[in-house]
Amino acid sequence: MGVAFAIVLMKDLLAVIMLLGIYGLLSASFFVAMDAVDVAFTEASVGAGIATLLMLVAISITGRSENPVRHKPFLALAVVIITGGLLIYGTLDMPYFGSAAAPIHQHVAPRYINDSMQEIGVPNIVTSVLASYRAFDTFGEVVVIFTAGIGVLALLLVVRRPKDIEKIDSLNESMHEEHLILRIVTKMLIPFIMLFAFYVQFHGDFGPGGGFQAGVIFAAAIFLYAMLFGLSTARRVINQSLIQILAATGVLLYGSVGVVSLLNGKEFLDYSALSSDPVAGQHLGILLIELGVGVTVASVMAIIFFSFAGRSEKKLLQDNKDSQ
Amino acid sequence: MDTLVQISSGFFLLVGSFLCISGGVGILRFPDFYTRMHAVGVTETLATAMILIGLILHNPEFLVDIKLMLILLMTLFISPSASHALANAAMRNEMLQANENKPDSESEQVKPSNP
Amino acid sequence: MLIAATIAILVVMIMAVTRAIMGPTLYDRVLAVNMFGTKTVLLISLLGFVMGRPEFLDIAIVYALINFISVIGVLRYSDNFMLKRDGQNKN
Repeated sequence: MGVAFAIVLMKDLLAVIMLLGIYGLLSASFFVAMDAVDVAFTEASVGAGIATLLMLVAISITGRSENPVRHKPFLALAVVIITGGLLIYGTLDMPYFGSAAAPIHQHVAPRYINDSMQEIGVPNIVTSVLASYRAFDTFGEVVVIFTAGIGVLALLLVVRRPKDIEKIDSLNESMHEEHLILRIVTKMLIPFIMLFAFYVQFHGDFGPGGGFQAGVIFAAAIFLYAMLFGLSTARRVINQSLIQILAATGVLLYGSVGVVSLLNGKEFLDYSALSSDPVAGQHLGILLIELGVGVTVASVMAIIFFSFAGRSEKKLLQDNKDSQ
Repeated sequence: MDTLVQISSGFFLLVGSFLCISGGVGILRFPDFYTRMHAVGVTETLATAMILIGLILHNPEFLVDIKLMLILLMTLFISPSASHALANAAMRNEMLQANENKPDSESEQVKPSNP
Repeated sequence: MLIAATIAILVVMIMAVTRAIMGPTLYDRVLAVNMFGTKTVLLISLLGFVMGRPEFLDIAIVYALINFISVIGVLRYSDNFMLKRDGQNKN
């Protein structure tokens, strides 16, 4: 809680980002202590990793310190305290943490825990709930991520003229000879990170993992490459149209699996329609939609990063031009 | 044989935790950024290696050992490069050489040792 | 013995957070966060063994990688910032 207070009270945004990284890690450690492996995985990769990186790129555009507050926010403080107090009062009625009589343990959860192995045959119950019992919700999540990517593209797309590209290249080259050791180490690490992302993706049935975490780890490898080797080199490797097509393909894959189930006579996203043996159909369905989720998450993260960094480069270029 | 493995695992864990704590004390008590970097960078990698070797010896399963060795190998690559990058960036960007911060009275104390 | 090591690492993590909040310059804070990250990797591995669930090692691997990438991210950001400031100072 000390970390949370420090985050709110400090004005230097870079220090705030560091502290947010620590906060995300502390949350991940709590989840580990509560024996929730998948949630800890997602929190560690997204909250402590990608969020920090994206916020760093954002403040490279906006500047490092907060604007001073112009009025005393007493009314807001009062509203927050009253709402918080009401919420805490509401939770006093809740059953104790983990007690067997709590409503969430009575209705749906025992069915998932008891029947998941026979109906779906996947050892990791979180994956089976996320990908099969509640597949429609996960479809909604993927569409939300895709929409966020489209929103960022619509707001921040930077059209680069050819002479700007040369100037940006020279700017990047002059900064990068100092990073020789890092470049060599990174060249060895990046294939490993991508391989690990694939491992997490396909091992999500048996251990913690799944599409979301794998997409985030894959995007982290792309960020690392772009940060050390220059944005223009990274764009030549993975160009803008490719990641846009990939983002759309992921969502399309997910939807198509549902539509194929529809065409075979069952409900939308009912995987037992995909093959003659229902359990094998479930496996195939889960594999395909996790792949769709992973592809979309990785491409949308790359889109967001490239848009932010492209803006920040343009601003850097303009600042250099203005001061000359 | 089994107790020997358990005892050596406990020994590695103990040495690792001691190094860890000394690194922590170092980061709190040393006066300057570069000295703190020295404390953390050296003890961090070695403590990680010791604790991971202790865990490998503690556990007989094969897949878990492979993953632990993977973490060890990655830390041996990553941790020194991160320390290098940090020190390099600090020196290049903002912080001057460490000697410039010392007050004059400290440099005078060196002189009486010369006969 | 595992529990003693876990407690030791928790103590070190609290020390690192203290330095992160206290540290006068930016690089002190980056150093403290880096150290916190490495100790978290160890903490997660140890907790996995203490609780008998070695699947946590995947999280430890991810976290080691993310720690590295974050430190490099902060350093590249400060490079850009310094470059902009030097560009303004020169002219």
